[in-house]
Amino acid sequence: MLPEEITKFIGQATGVTTYKVEQGAIARYADAVGDPNPIYWDEEYAKKSKYGSIIAPPGFFGWPVRQPRSAEEPEVIMGTRRGPNFAEIGLPRVLDGGMEYDFIKPVKAGDTLTATSQIKDIRERTGSTGRMAFLIRETTFTNQDGEVVARTRSTSIHR
Amino acid sequence: MAEQVYWEDVEEGMEIPPLPKIATTTMLVRWAGASGDFNPLHYDEVFAAGQGVGKPIIHGALKRQWLVHLMTDWVGEQGSLKKLSCQYRAMDYPRAMKAQGQPMDGETWQCKGKIIKKYTEDGEHLVDLTIGVENGKGEVTTPGTATAALPSRG
Repeated sequence: MLPEEITKFIGQATGVTTYKVEQGAIARYADAVGDPNPIYWDEEYAKKSKYGSIIAPPGFFGWPVRQPRSAEEPEVIMGTRRGPNFAEIGLPRVLDGGMEYDFIKPVKAGDTLTATSQIKDIRERTGSTGRMAFLIRETTFTNQDGEVVARTRSTSIHR
Repeated sequence: MAEQVYWEDVEEGMEIPPLPKIATTTMLVRWAGASGDFNPLHYDEVFAAGQGVGKPIIHGALKRQWLVHLMTDWVGEQGSLKKLSCQYRAMDYPRAMKAQGQPMDGETWQCKGKIIKKYTEDGEHLVDLTIGVENGKGEVTTPGTATAALPSRG
């Protein structure tokens, strides 16, 4: 059984973060994936496309694209500011378990996204390597016009 | 990029063109910088050994983006990717470098997809697929699903 200090986070909002979608960051991201599609870096090509602008690859936003550090707070991952401390219950290691995306509208270079997250569930499982906890987090991404552009559901595995 | 695919041209059971990928330690460092995931699990041998994964592993999110690349290439500019999900079920390890810019021989991954459902909904022409990243032994380490809208010939 997971202790209350962990399970109390189920259903809790875990913070709102904003992120500027920079054109250079999009190009570097596509390059790191090995995707040469000019829609991510060629302005002339992108202008003539149905989007009329350079777009971010689906998946660019959200984990693990981070906000830059600021003076007030340490580096935070979009939408993952607060959550339980699994190290305190003997599960210090973390692995990315997977992701589900709903892509609702294109994200364009220059957009400002706001991510709002909530912890949906925290479950304990015993696997071949011992005790693990699965944390499910849902995040909604909204652009500067108030349009929802994407929703994600991520799983982190603490062991 | 390939020619635009249309909804009328595809059927259930059809496989989409696979996308081969390799990963090297250099590529993982590049991904760390581009994505902001600086977990040393992906580039520090001592740390990775202490985490019980043996040696540095490929980022799950990079494998996810390989699958996004597979799908966006296939749907083309007139199509759009509506949903994508994947689970990181097994570890994958990058190739080491032989020289700068030159990976050692080793594993090549194949990103694959197969259409399992073709339908229309709210005026959109849609397909559901099972997708996955296969390692060099043909094992699917990163299974998933996707939904895409394709253009229709009308």
